[in-house]
Amino acid sequence: MDAAQNIAHEIQHDLESDGDQFLTFILAGEEYGVDILRVQEIKGWDSVTPIPNTPEYIRGVINLRGTIVPIIDLRRRFQLEAVEYGPMTVVIVLRVENPDGGKDRVMGLVVDAVSDVYNVPEGAIKAAPDFGSVVDVNFVKGLATLEDVMVIMLDIDRLLNADELSAVEHIVQ
Amino acid sequence: MSIDMEQFKVTFVEESLEGLDIMESVLLDMNPGATDAEAIDNIFRAAHSIKGGAATFGLGNIASFTHVVETLLDEIRNGERDITQDAIVLFLSSVDCIREMLSADQNSEVVDQEHIEQVKAGLDKMLGSTQESETASTEDNNAVASAATQDAGWQIIFKPFPGMLRTGNDVVRMFRELAGLGDFTVVVDTENLPPLVDMDPEEAYLSWDITLQGDIEKSQISEIFEWVEDDCELEILPLADSHIEIVANGSNETEKATDESKPMDLQVASPPPERRVEEDRRQPARKAASPESSSIRVGIDKVDDLINMVGELVITQSMLSQLGEDFDMSRVERLNDGLAELERNTRELQESVMRIRMLPISFAFNRFPRMVHDLSAKLDKKIELTMSGEQTELDKTVMEKIGDPLVHLVRNSIDHGIETPEARKAAGKSETGVVNLNAYHQGGNIIIEISDDGAGLNYEKILAKAIERGLVGENEELPEEKVYELLFEPGFSTADVVSDVSGRGVGMDVVKRNIMALGGGVDVKSVKGEGSTFTIRLPLTLAILDGQLVRVGDNTYIIPLVSIVESLLVDQKNVNEIAGKAEVYQLRSDYLPIIRLYDVFGIEPDRRSLDDGLLVVVEGDSKKGGLLVDELLGQQQVVIKSLETNFRRVEGLSGATILGDGTVALIVDVAGVVRLSREREDGHCPADQIVAA
Repeated sequence: MDAAQNIAHEIQHDLESDGDQFLTFILAGEEYGVDILRVQEIKGWDSVTPIPNTPEYIRGVINLRGTIVPIIDLRRRFQLEAVEYGPMTVVIVLRVENPDGGKDRVMGLVVDAVSDVYNVPEGAIKAAPDFGSVVDVNFVKGLATLEDVMVIMLDIDRLLNADELSAVEHIVQ
Repeated sequence: MSIDMEQFKVTFVEESLEGLDIMESVLLDMNPGATDAEAIDNIFRAAHSIKGGAATFGLGNIASFTHVVETLLDEIRNGERDITQDAIVLFLSSVDCIREMLSADQNSEVVDQEHIEQVKAGLDKMLGSTQESETASTEDNNAVASAATQDAGWQIIFKPFPGMLRTGNDVVRMFRELAGLGDFTVVVDTENLPPLVDMDPEEAYLSWDITLQGDIEKSQISEIFEWVEDDCELEILPLADSHIEIVANGSNETEKATDESKPMDLQVASPPPERRVEEDRRQPARKAASPESSSIRVGIDKVDDLINMVGELVITQSMLSQLGEDFDMSRVERLNDGLAELERNTRELQESVMRIRMLPISFAFNRFPRMVHDLSAKLDKKIELTMSGEQTELDKTVMEKIGDPLVHLVRNSIDHGIETPEARKAAGKSETGVVNLNAYHQGGNIIIEISDDGAGLNYEKILAKAIERGLVGENEELPEEKVYELLFEPGFSTADVVSDVSGRGVGMDVVKRNIMALGGGVDVKSVKGEGSTFTIRLPLTLAILDGQLVRVGDNTYIIPLVSIVESLLVDQKNVNEIAGKAEVYQLRSDYLPIIRLYDVFGIEPDRRSLDDGLLVVVEGDSKKGGLLVDELLGQQQVVIKSLETNFRRVEGLSGATILGDGTVALIVDVAGVVRLSREREDGHCPADQIVAA
């Protein structure tokens, strides 16, 4: 019992001292990171069922083992130039906290390619500078330099609960 | 051994609430003066279990409150007092109090102590009045003894009859329970134990003298001995002021009992003959009552059905896999048979599973007798509530959402519909107004009617109010039904006096919105002076629908079959254009607005021309329209998946489903699409519409 607890403590300690793990992906040459604990799975791009009267960056919905999951194109979301989806194009399926305190929601992000998994020590993430109205830094948790690469850490809860995704829901309710 | 009590507490709360519902419904059926033993027993049992449970979970306030109720009920049960109207009212408010305390405990709120004290004082007063008058009765002394909580404890003399163990009673278990109540000491009396050779291992030879110290109620002890009452000699004596004296007294008794013959024992232990008869009579009542209280759970027949289906499914599956092991074309017929069988099994299984979610509508109706009772007293009206079709089954989720709208409509009927007794008399009607709740199935829908024989809706008054609020133009002529529909407009009320029952005009619009959100609708019919009827139509289930698959461009959509009136090929002759904008299609005597689905959904269709196009005539929210689609595909039952789970509500869609090939198809919300297309026409006019026409 005690031994087990010790081991559990050690593991916990290891995890904590290493900070959080982040999955990074490439989008238009830049590397972005999301908290790996939020990543449910990574799958290849497959056709989606488009939903009428939704913004262009919402590509549609897919059937993920019986649940309907919306798919968001992050390039279009960030108003980057759209590209043809290729063999490297992946969908990162994420768990997003519901702002109303309800059940977590599952959504998919279309990105150019996945890159790596990093241990990001606490304190390595620096606040993003304010770019004024040129760049919306609301969805950015911060910036971190990992192995000489600058990674933009995304706040997926803010990103995926923002504007059109949930605004209409509030009106309806 | 520690058990997580919390998990049982949930069950306790549920069962207590059920118990309270039973108490309430029985009380409402009760007539003052007439003592219906079965009814009293029902209430008593419910109160008793609540008390026991509450004490177990440390809810002292509920336990002690219910105890007073129980004592009073016990007196009524024993025929010591009559049921008066006052008593019924008092019991009803006690039910409210207990419910309040339960929910307060659930939600960690503070109870309205004053109210509870008030009711409790009422109970005590009623209880006190008999106790004063009948102190002589020994029966009553018992009641007093059990009413007072014994701080000191109890002495229990327990002598099983030889046959007691054969009835499956376990003394050890009983002692364990006793030990859980307080400080427990037991002295075993082995006097009757025969030599080993003569001993029958199934007989009970031992007897016990138990001392139980602590703050325990007598009823808690009797409860433990409930099952062995008739199989033993049992004495429960308070360890009151003088411990020694009672023990002495007790041991005297013990001696006496051992010395004396069996018949004497019987006299001491078993209840007097008349009470036994009563008890026997009670037994079947208990059995009859139990399904009522447990009906929130799934009936065993439904589960059995399900097991049967699964059995068949397994057989079909093994048959198919056997066939697959060495398959050649000669067996293709058997494969087809097997697949057909599989389809049948799946469908039956699906239906059975759906049936598990179905509950009789009486769950929603049950609250009304009490409500009508209270409201009629409050409003000084005489009202009789009749209900029919309570066994009509309805999906549980629909049921949960229909409760509040129903309450609202019934309140309205009572407050606005039924007139005062004087007014009714003057109108030549019986003084007692009737509110009727009726439910029945019709197609894939359940219909719930709330009707009253009151004054009916006041056409002129509603119209005047509507004109005043600017909903209707001064000289506009409106058919009667249109006027009644105005009732469902937000903030619309015609009540002269706003009471706390109804009349604020908040609600009818909410009622309509809630019902529409469930995919149903509500209608009003009214005859002046004869009453009005509100008819609610709801889908039986929210989980599955029969759908028509249609194709527009690359997309497959599902239109619920219930909203499809017909499908037809467009004949250009019948297409008319209004002011160069809205297109209408003349179908017999009707004019339907043509709704180009591709336009509403902003997708690329195969064809934009109307000529020879396919028009699906739909009706939603009592508005018709013709949806232009590219192709009609098959019809099939689809499982509705919410878009809101991971996304949000989308105007014009009611959900999504997964087709046989694993792709997602969207389900069209007909009323929403009709609304969308109208907004579009109001706002702007897409260029292609003009070109096409």
